[in-house]
Amino acid sequence: MSVTLPIYLDHNATTPVDPRVLEEMLPYFTEKFGNAASRNHQFGWAAEEAVDRARAQAASLIGASSKEIIWTSGSTESNNLAIKGGAAMYEKAPRTAESGRGHIITSAIEHKAVLDPVKRLMREGFDATFLEPPADGIVRREHVEAAMREDTILVSIMWANNEMGTLNDVPEIGALCRDRGVLFHTDATQWVGKMPTDVERDNIDLLSWSGHKIYGPKGVGALYVRRRKPRVRLVAIQDGGGHERGFRSGTLNVTGIVGFGKACELCEQEMDQDRERLLALRQKLERSIHEQLDVVQINGHPERRLPQTTNISFGFVEGESLMMGMKGIAVSSGSACTSASLEPSYVLKAIGVGDELAHSSLRFGLGRITTEQEIDYTIEQVVAAVNHLRAMSPLYDMHKEGIDISKIEWSHH
Amino acid sequence: MAYSDKVVDHYEHPRNVGSFGSTGDVKGRNDIGVGVVGAPECGDVMQLQIKVSEDGVIEDAKFKTFGCGSAIACSSLATEWLRGKSLDEGLAIKNTELVQELSLPPVKIHCSVLAEDAIRAAIDDYRHKNDSGDADASGAAGQGSETESVSQA
Ligand SMILES: Cc1ncc(COP(=O)(O)O)c(C=O)c1O
Ligand code: FES
Repeated sequence: MSVTLPIYLDHNATTPVDPRVLEEMLPYFTEKFGNAASRNHQFGWAAEEAVDRARAQAASLIGASSKEIIWTSGSTESNNLAIKGGAAMYEKAPRTAESGRGHIITSAIEHKAVLDPVKRLMREGFDATFLEPPADGIVRREHVEAAMREDTILVSIMWANNEMGTLNDVPEIGALCRDRGVLFHTDATQWVGKMPTDVERDNIDLLSWSGHKIYGPKGVGALYVRRRKPRVRLVAIQDGGGHERGFRSGTLNVTGIVGFGKACELCEQEMDQDRERLLALRQKLERSIHEQLDVVQINGHPERRLPQTTNISFGFVEGESLMMGMKGIAVSSGSACTSASLEPSYVLKAIGVGDELAHSSLRFGLGRITTEQEIDYTIEQVVAAVNHLRAMSPLYDMHKEGIDISKIEWSHH
Repeated sequence: MAYSDKVVDHYEHPRNVGSFGSTGDVKGRNDIGVGVVGAPECGDVMQLQIKVSEDGVIEDAKFKTFGCGSAIACSSLATEWLRGKSLDEGLAIKNTELVQELSLPPVKIHCSVLAEDAIRAAIDDYRHKNDSGDADASGAAGQGSETESVSQA
């Protein structure tokens, strides 16, 4: 068995550009460098043609039409445009000091690129509810329904969670919003390209996704904006030349868009085989770890997750030290020690995983390049590192002595 | 962020891992001082035990740590430095010396502070157990309740 180090198991953070994507992009840096908005010469036409092709590839992946795709710089921008632009368009009028501008429903496990735009809107006179899902991490239709108010104008619920890979009830929440006439946005950054998507069937009004999570380049993304039944309108948040039908001004990133389109096409073609292969590898990883170590837990729902993602807490072992022991393997951790803020994962916290187990968590994100040999090597390394650290862990000793750690009065500092 | 070679070395070959017995076992032993600082919710718990000879020399020190690689390295290094020192010399170990020796980056300074706290807590515990006449000394060393060893509730 041979593996080449380092091994990349952090595909929820970003993915490598597929060589087929890169090849498609290259001519657009040099020979075909035109501005897609130059309507009167062939350089411009070539660029526009490439952008149109990419738009069709992106639309096809999610069951939309080309006209419903707005190019952005990534999911952060797509989310900002959908949430701020949607709230500004659909805010309650007339505005009075008492009634506020309208109510937004989102969840506490969203990416910061959703949470922070919503928090800004709150400072600007909107009201918001942050749903806390139960221990399985899944936001369901009934949670949203219970939070709905007369003045609810926007619901934003992510499709797949980036830390746990858990899948929310997006089609059902979409149906609820359609019934109530409330705008529905989903941050589908971790979902699209990995799982089949159909914005018609799934009742989506606005959907964000990003090139660098689907084996395309960084710095390019898209926002799906529904055009029919109902026609969704947004207030632009960036003013300028009126590109993208006025939704998003700025000269198009033609090379990035070409890569994004090709990446979408490849995902559409290879999704089924990738899903099956990666699910088998993820299950092998989880099963082997469970067999070889005690006190481990998978965070979030055991089955309702992306096939390629798992988040595991290893009791009595701190996550950063665990990563240090897994030589040559790149994963990420919910431990505070790995974050600049020295706070453990707010996502795990929101679903009731105790701080201690959040510190002990690792996220494994498999991807297109992951091999079975890499997973076998990873299992070996994880088990060895956990055992090495437990031999040093005062908490593991206490556990073995039958002391309940949660009942000890610790000296906080 | 890359770890310094010294941190990696302590992580891979920790010195003096272990204990002279569980917290319960060593409670009644007057030659042993125990310090347990930090909290699991904060992602770091250090347990330091010192064994002190009759003439007041730290003969041996053992640690167990739940925490990042830097926290492990700080506690491992602390046990090395404590061995052979008097109690007062032990109390003179500063977290900044650990930081320097291990080339810790600024975000890891608190891990070294924790190790200093553990040293103080262990020495305080030893002094409390032994001469009550020396209470002034341990009082002077005192970071007060911050360094209190854990009590089982
Ligand atoms: C769920 C989710 N939303 C938004 C983002 C931000 O995407 P981008 O890096 O394209 O701005 C990410 C990626 O980190 C993500 O995982
Ligand atoms: S123990 Fe958390 S950063 Fe060192």
